[in-house]
Amino acid sequence: MVEAVSTVAEIQEGVRTAGRVHVLGGGSKPALSTNCPASDALALNLSGLSGVVEYQADEYTFTARAGTPVADVEAMLAERGQYLPFDPPFAARGATLGGTVAAGLSGSGRYRYGGVRDFLIGMRFVDGRGQEVRGGGAVVKNAAGFDFPKLFVGSLGRLGVLTELTFKVFPQPPAFATVTADFDSLTDLLSSLHAVTGGQIDLHAVDFGPSDGGWTLWVRIGGLDATLEQRVQALRALVSAGENAPRSIDALLGRDEDDLWQQTRAMAWLPEDVGLVRVPLTPRRITALEEALSTGEGAARRYSVGGNLLWLGWPNGDATAGTPNLNDLLLSQDLRGIQLISPAQKHSPDDGKGPVLGKPLQNPFLRRVAASLDPAGKFGGY
Amino acid sequence: MSVHPLMQELAGLYSEERLLTRPGQLMAYESDALTAFQQRPAAVVLAESSEEVIETIRLCHAYDVPFVARGSGTSLSGGSLPIADGIVIALNRLDRILRLDPEERIAVVEPGVVNLKVSDAAKPHGLYYAPDPSSQSICTIGGNVAFNSGGAHCLKYGMTSNHVLGMTVVLPDGEIAELGSESLEGIGPDLPGFFVGSEGLFGVALEITLRLLPIPQSYRTVLAAYNSLHAAGDAVTAVVASGLLPGAIEIMDALAIKAAEVGAKAGYPTTPALLIVELEGEDSAVDAEFAQLMQIIEETAPVEVRIAQTADERARIWKGRKAAFSAVGRLAPDYIVQDGVVPRSRLGDALAEIDRLSDSYGIEVANVFHAGDGNLHPLILFDGREEGALERAEELAGEILELCVDLGGSITGEHGVGMEKLAFLPKMYGPTEMQAMEDVRRSVDGKSLANRGKMLPSGEAESLAHVGPHPLEKAGLIFRD
Ligand SMILES: Cc1cc2nc3c(=O)[nH]c(=O)nc-3n(C[C@H](O)[C@H](O)[C@H](O)COP(=O)(O)OP(=O)(O)OC[C@H]3O[C@@H](n4cnc5c(N)ncnc54)[C@H](O)[C@@H]3O)c2cc1C
Repeated sequence: MVEAVSTVAEIQEGVRTAGRVHVLGGGSKPALSTNCPASDALALNLSGLSGVVEYQADEYTFTARAGTPVADVEAMLAERGQYLPFDPPFAARGATLGGTVAAGLSGSGRYRYGGVRDFLIGMRFVDGRGQEVRGGGAVVKNAAGFDFPKLFVGSLGRLGVLTELTFKVFPQPPAFATVTADFDSLTDLLSSLHAVTGGQIDLHAVDFGPSDGGWTLWVRIGGLDATLEQRVQALRALVSAGENAPRSIDALLGRDEDDLWQQTRAMAWLPEDVGLVRVPLTPRRITALEEALSTGEGAARRYSVGGNLLWLGWPNGDATAGTPNLNDLLLSQDLRGIQLISPAQKHSPDDGKGPVLGKPLQNPFLRRVAASLDPAGKFGGY
Repeated sequence: MSVHPLMQELAGLYSEERLLTRPGQLMAYESDALTAFQQRPAAVVLAESSEEVIETIRLCHAYDVPFVARGSGTSLSGGSLPIADGIVIALNRLDRILRLDPEERIAVVEPGVVNLKVSDAAKPHGLYYAPDPSSQSICTIGGNVAFNSGGAHCLKYGMTSNHVLGMTVVLPDGEIAELGSESLEGIGPDLPGFFVGSEGLFGVALEITLRLLPIPQSYRTVLAAYNSLHAAGDAVTAVVASGLLPGAIEIMDALAIKAAEVGAKAGYPTTPALLIVELEGEDSAVDAEFAQLMQIIEETAPVEVRIAQTADERARIWKGRKAAFSAVGRLAPDYIVQDGVVPRSRLGDALAEIDRLSDSYGIEVANVFHAGDGNLHPLILFDGREEGALERAEELAGEILELCVDLGGSITGEHGVGMEKLAFLPKMYGPTEMQAMEDVRRSVDGKSLANRGKMLPSGEAESLAHVGPHPLEKAGLIFRD
């Protein structure tokens, strides 16, 4: 049963009366939201719990209800020349702030100043007893008490229901520029990547992926307009400083540049009817992972955050079935992934694992923490 | 007198010189940098390996004896104060940098590694560890993790928790947990983020994976002197409103300036207020931003402006600022420092109120603070030999904390609640929040053994006193000189 809620009291009531609770936001990550784990669960649709509570531009903070669309917030911030530097993905598909936090999602811009975990500074949530609890604070620096905001980043709705969120924001750089370079091979690209990420140029985003017959690197910088040209020159030199120079290199500015990252945020590279899996990793793991992936069906890939994140387009509807399947593949690489969109929208049985693939989440610390916030396991537990 | 069986077990684990039990040996561990509080533990163990730490915690758990981890003991809130008749696990000897990976820009360290040592080791690779508490030449990464320590450069790159990627921790009953990974991204609840800042209540961090950043190409540091704190505060507002994102924005008042002079011969102008703003980044970007910054600063009518032209000059500006803290100790026999946070736009109100309180108490307060993020550091001067002076200083400190809460801020930006601010956490959070925190702590540490009595009101587990070799005074947790 799906219930649309627009007040905290309704959520509290729902949590108190239901045996099992499942939270829905804007539905932009359907594999997380429609994969309703148990048939008797009460599904709470939070998109009605929406709206900005307070925006203090000169404090670099705002507070909004969990169901507030990311796009609305971005528009509000842009009016004051500010932004969420972690580039929340799926804004165009209707992602909400709560969904972004619960799924723990950051986009390419995360490279510069940190991810959603670094910008969420305060929150309120309804725990498994139906109580509303406040965590963190409203000021950009705060070391008092346990850091509940961090705990809820990536919690997937399994610790409690987020109701209100306070974020730190930053002034948006007045202008951006992107250097793109095509390499013959992944090896060449990775060698350039190390030169770029180990250098002294302040990078906003570092993404790469396979392109026709080779590999393409996109490196974004931002700052005062007048400085960009000179900085782009320096960046081009750095991009070419790997073992083998790129076969072509180009710089984008203005509208074209902006479009490129809009498309990245919208995952425009992802083929239709393909699932989307998010895999954190480090650059050193990439070569082995690419080898493992090459034995299966062709999967679309986009590496982001300087090689700390892979967005993987997985053609097979069920990532745990067949051989080789993605679950086993990630396990063999000692990696963990999470399915955000599944092509067939199959509802898998609740195996307690949720949409997590590869290395299981099980952790003694997490188990203890979850047991205290949700003693009856209403949110599924860990 | 019988010897507590835990002591017998510990004697099997540690050699005599690493198991301290004699009053003379324990003295050095009886307090941390909050010297007003003292407490004698039953024993101090000088651990040299993770295995020893784990085994010690298992034993403490088996015998229901509370324990506290200790790095360098520089906590300003009594965080590493021993628990009466408990065990102190000293981690200084666990000081190895286990791995420094310049390509992935991470360092895996033991908890006793000194903060600055990480940057020293990373420097040949063009990297550094960003969080820079003023105590960075002595404090440990383990202590930084427990308190989510900050420093002058938090505005742009955040505090400790923004730089810890993963950890191996031992929970308070000896079970091991792996939190996070080496990646900047993760799946599932952000467990390293939740452990950082837990003030030792969740157990002991044994191995910490830190993120390193490339050393900025250049810094531009400006020091501007103002006729009033208010004018310096207005300058901060102007800088922040401009859209520039400086690496550091600091303010010092007249008394702090005097301390910096006494302590580091900083050669600062002697004015009522000093502002330090530092930009960092690529040469060309910093040049352009600096021109913009100087224009803004000129408009705020400073009485004097000094620009650091060389690395030496920059170092001199920072030396005075970083020394101001401990140098205040030369202006008065004792001081306590608070580190409450207020919304940046309320800094002026907060400082005026602190000034008023200082007058009405007749107690001198020096202010040196991270203005960019509203993090105050009022240093309250007193003479502990005077009857009642400490109590009055604490009363004043308490009023400042309440002021921060009233203004919508926090009671601590980086020093933690510890022992000192126990009574104030419930003023910032309501009963539901306090209960939720206590529930989590109980679920993680059923016996409340890990750093009992800090941050959250203490539980009631037994302590060694009943049969221990040092039947210490049980009257209260705190002894005051
Ligand atoms: C002069 C001076 C200046 C300072 N400036 C700053 C500043 O600018 N910014 C700032 O944030 N702080 C500052 N501090 C405070 C202090 O240095 C920090 O809190 C520091 O992180 C403490 O480190 P430590 O090694 O001394 O830890 P300790 O004081 O030994 O311990 C602190 C806490 O950490 C716990 N702990 C230690 N190791 C571990 C571990 N491995 N696992 C779990 N818990 C552990 C202890 O139990 C205790 O609760 C300053 C202190 C002084 C004396």
